[in-house]
Amino acid sequence: MIKLFSLKQQKKEELASGTSSAGKRKATAAQLRLTKDLNELQLPKTCITEFPDPNDLLNFKLIITPDEGYYRGGKFTFSFKVGLGYPHEAPKVKCETMVYHPNIDLEGNVCLNILREDWKPVLTINSVIYGIQYLFLEPNPEDPLNKEAAEILSTNKRQFEQNVNRSMKGGYVGSVYFERCLK
Amino acid sequence: MLQGLDYCLKMEVDNVVSTVREPLNWSGRWNHIQKVLERSGPFAHPDFEPSPDILGFLLNNCKLLVIGAGGLGCELLKNLTLTGFRHIDVIDMDTIDLSNLNRQFLFRQNDIGKAKATVASDFINNRVKGAEVVPHFCKIQDYDASFYKQFHIVVCGLDSIVARRWINGMLISLLEYDEDGNLDQTSVIPMVDGGTEGFKGNARIILPGLSACMECTLDLYPPQVNFPMCTIAHTPRQPEHCVEYVKVFGWEKEKPFGDAPIDGDNPEHIKWICGSACERAEQFGIQGVTYRLTQGVIKRIIPAVASTNAVIAAACSTEVFKLASSCGAPMNNYMVFNDADGVYTYTFEAEKSETCVACSQKPKTIHFKPTSQLRELIEFLCQDSMLQMKSPGITTTVNGNSKTLFMKSIPSIERATRPNLSKSLADLGLSSGQELIVADVTTPNSLIFILKLSDQCSAET
Ligand SMILES: [Zn+2]
Repeated sequence: MIKLFSLKQQKKEELASGTSSAGKRKATAAQLRLTKDLNELQLPKTCITEFPDPNDLLNFKLIITPDEGYYRGGKFTFSFKVGLGYPHEAPKVKCETMVYHPNIDLEGNVCLNILREDWKPVLTINSVIYGIQYLFLEPNPEDPLNKEAAEILSTNKRQFEQNVNRSMKGGYVGSVYFERCLK
Repeated sequence: MLQGLDYCLKMEVDNVVSTVREPLNWSGRWNHIQKVLERSGPFAHPDFEPSPDILGFLLNNCKLLVIGAGGLGCELLKNLTLTGFRHIDVIDMDTIDLSNLNRQFLFRQNDIGKAKATVASDFINNRVKGAEVVPHFCKIQDYDASFYKQFHIVVCGLDSIVARRWINGMLISLLEYDEDGNLDQTSVIPMVDGGTEGFKGNARIILPGLSACMECTLDLYPPQVNFPMCTIAHTPRQPEHCVEYVKVFGWEKEKPFGDAPIDGDNPEHIKWICGSACERAEQFGIQGVTYRLTQGVIKRIIPAVASTNAVIAAACSTEVFKLASSCGAPMNNYMVFNDADGVYTYTFEAEKSETCVACSQKPKTIHFKPTSQLRELIEFLCQDSMLQMKSPGITTTVNGNSKTLFMKSIPSIERATRPNLSKSLADLGLSSGQELIVADVTTPNSLIFILKLSDQCSAET
């Protein structure tokens, strides 16, 4: 008989990070996990993924076409780079479409908590995609990357809406020119 | 090992000393447990060493996870906390329904619509002094290894095979082995699993890596009854076939409620299905389509029997107590119960499968011919009784480069890899000894298969 509780106790506290048998395997933990994540991807109808090289699951694009909110009618492309540290490290996500948005700067950096401080290995590619989609439904002026946009959003919603529309049609908002990104 | 033992006993003694003065342990409160833990007896395990420290361990250190706060879960929480277990987490993703109230006795009419885990925890914490049940209103899949690692024992009162398989795979993934491949027993988290269906039930103990796991014995769990498509479409014989026909074909065609999917809890939906099913039954001269039957088929209801839950939960709780205290030998290892006609129980040892896809440590080897098509390999993964995958995605590494063989879930990859299905494994660049990574909803982790190619063998393991 195995006296489990004479044996175990506080040992559980120790962090047994990573599987000890992983060294013998050729498949990396990232690959195992990513295959799992992607095989179970369930996207809302406003999101599609494109894999330029289907053999390279670590690099892909996400195309979001919001069907409600300020950004309705627009089409925005994001690039995903998944590192070998995944899922201990979050995927790296950039917005490739220039967008007038409080949480996305003009270089395409995205401010989303689960991509940085709130990332946990339990989160998946699916959760990140939902998070990004949410940014388009609920742009958040509290957490600005594009401060001007954030300020206008919190002070004058109508103006913000007009600015978004102008940027999506292709045109200047202030001194910045935005390429047309209506679908 | 001995050092560890001394260490933990000392910890427990400290804890006991500190709790003796607490009002939670009023004189006589744990008499019933102490009689078993502080003296030996005819049913005690021969190696059992009675000690007051064991009660301290149960009260202060032992951490349990109860999965499911339904019919079995309510019983389990009641039994375990009254036995002295205090630190219990409970996970359930469901909310309370009127039809639960006859047997899920921690819930009241006012609780309808609220989270089962939360209401059950609150009830127990209020009712049982010292209980610290922590609710988790979510799916088990929402947590990862770092959560499950904290528990000493996991107790399941689930109605889903998929969920059982998932937690089984999770507990197996927590096992640690030394360099010689010997299991580190401190990494074993026992799983005590209860299940009921009407007057039938079972209770089993899984010691991951040591005894038969869910996947070793998947054959014991018959797949969900799905009538063949051709039967329901062309040759119905039973009232159930008529209901199933309306569900599969009629609803989509006639869209009685627009684009709304069938909601088994919506009486209007059930009424409409029942009406259509009656018409069809009449055409084929079939009797017996009723509202109740219709609802049963749509919701796949098997009537729950409160006493079955009580019996199975009692067996599970007793096993948890034995495992946690070592006071008796645990049941070995699978008990079936049936009181449809008299009372019948039978306990047998489910055997660990050496080739189990989940708990046999080494990756599984599969044999194919080099000329076999990828399609055949996927069919094997779905049809093999030990695997029963739903929609496997497969990747591998060829010449140091990753290669996606097939993945259905992502349209762009599906398009690009569809031609692979009819290619031979050799033409895909796969060689004997190749490692395949296979992901599927039926397991929490990707699985590794070693592909063996030879001209002699057909698809088999
Ligand atoms: Zn197994």
